[in-house]
Amino acid sequence: MMLIPCPHCGPRAHAEFTFDRPVEAITRPDDTADALVRNLFSRDNPRGHSRELWRHTYGCRAWIALTRDTATHAITDVQAWGAKA
Amino acid sequence: MKYSALSLLRAGLGGHKDWPRAWRDPEPKSHYDVILIGGGGHGLTTAFYLAAAHGVKNVAVLERSWIGGGNTGRNTTIVRSNYRLPQLHALMELSLKRWEGMSDEINYNVMFSQRGALFLGHSDSDMLQLAQKGDAMRADGIDAELMTRDQVARLIPLLDVSAGARYPVQGGLIQRRGGTARHDAVAWGYARAADRLGVDIIQNCEVTGMDITSGRITGVQTTRGAIGADRVGIAVAGNSGRVAAMADLKLPIESHLLQAFVSEPVKPMIDTVIMTQSLHCYISQSDKGEIVLGGDPDAYPTYSQRGAPHIIEKAAAEALALVPALSRLRMLRSWAGTTDMSFDGSPFIDATPVEGLYFNGGWCYGGFKATPGSGWLFAHLLARGESHPVAAPFRLDRFETGHTMDEPGVGPMPQNR
Ligand SMILES: Cc1cc2nc3c(=O)[nH]c(=O)nc-3n(C[C@H](O)[C@H](O)[C@H](O)COP(=O)(O)OP(=O)(O)OC[C@H]3O[C@@H](n4cnc5c(N)ncnc54)[C@H](O)[C@@H]3O)c2cc1C
Ligand SMILES: [Zn+2]
Repeated sequence: MMLIPCPHCGPRAHAEFTFDRPVEAITRPDDTADALVRNLFSRDNPRGHSRELWRHTYGCRAWIALTRDTATHAITDVQAWGAKA
Repeated sequence: MKYSALSLLRAGLGGHKDWPRAWRDPEPKSHYDVILIGGGGHGLTTAFYLAAAHGVKNVAVLERSWIGGGNTGRNTTIVRSNYRLPQLHALMELSLKRWEGMSDEINYNVMFSQRGALFLGHSDSDMLQLAQKGDAMRADGIDAELMTRDQVARLIPLLDVSAGARYPVQGGLIQRRGGTARHDAVAWGYARAADRLGVDIIQNCEVTGMDITSGRITGVQTTRGAIGADRVGIAVAGNSGRVAAMADLKLPIESHLLQAFVSEPVKPMIDTVIMTQSLHCYISQSDKGEIVLGGDPDAYPTYSQRGAPHIIEKAAAEALALVPALSRLRMLRSWAGTTDMSFDGSPFIDATPVEGLYFNGGWCYGGFKATPGSGWLFAHLLARGESHPVAAPFRLDRFETGHTMDEPGVGPMPQNR
């Protein structure tokens, strides 16, 4: 169980959050078809530091970006994400 | 030594002191025709079928810890071929047929028990989906029977089918040829059978790098030195991305986590595998008597093999609602495995862009059932350099070409399946 420090709400239980995707897999409306395929369908899938988009779904509902170790679950950085961040 | 009733009797008279070791513990040779990375069920069956079906016997299986210590020894052992897409039917049914002959084929009792795999339906739409699935199965020559609520109640007397049940049961779809098996025995049995055909099973040997010259693999670096090979097959489940990175490849895979847990052993109370169309909770009873439970994946990338308690709580709550008699049981153990989640839920059995390097993975949380089929098809690919027709759709480049096989139709994010 992780304790995730939401930049808006403070530390909250992992069960309130949902993982969305690694930041490398974010797509944009003006991406080329090649870029879309690459971003959506291939992954570094690292064991160690990973920069990821999560959502505080059962809390403030905001998107947040975490830097998280996929082996130890240590969270070393968290930032608000999106237009108003 | 061939295992038989006679050998058991003879060893029993000697107090079981003289059993020979089941497979050798060889030093790695300097070169093999084929190296398999990963001593799980998929690597071991591949090695066996390379030797048994293709006469390729100069083969090594390199396992970084002990064989079967990955997902092969961590899964809930449900074996079935009740899918919906024809490509998956062909793959899983080829595998199920091999399960049916497995114990004889490898002279090892894998305790394959065709006790029936039942999906419960809890609503009209569940029942509609189950009926469609049953039709798709029968159209592909696979057994499937739709059951009414009364039939389900007779099959599983401890199931709560009352009107006030938390998850009302409307009926179900059963595949009677589905069931469970002893997972460790699958790893040990295939290791022993492959070893007898000359395959080297090398444990405590982690692959740490790949030797690639002008686009062609020539061998691997390991914690026990460099080992040469003409062809190399990867079958490392949750570690697929890490091993592929040694060849500078990026895969359509994320490593997630799935938990399972078991109760103290009790007298036989559930003799069918119970799954459900709406919940992600499955229940069976092992031959030892433990109630084996599984639930949702933890749904984010992790290599920790350590899950969160709220996932167990949810699965336990669902299991208790379905079978209230479970409430008195104490849970003994829980654990997790690192699952190789592909982006359409279907696996890969394919060549990679590196010549001589082949990949088997992306089995998500459902590859135990596929163990002998996967090995059969991967051996074919490694021995002949071309895909068996059943394996042909399971290509690595299918996301680029649009030939995905997304059975639940949930799109590319693995946490949604
Ligand atoms: C909790 C849980 C429940 C499951 N339940 C079911 C089920 O009921 N039915 C079903 O069909 N499937 C189920 N699955 C999925 C199933 O267990 C797997 O798909 C299947 O066992 C994978 O087998 P494998 O041989 O590919 O992988 P593994 O058994 O994981 O073998 C891979 C091996 O590769 C080794 N390895 C990794 N990296 C290296 C390296 N660098 N060098 C050397 N060796 C390496 C590992 O140590 C490991 O032993 C479940 C999985 C989990 C985790
Ligand atoms: Zn918040």
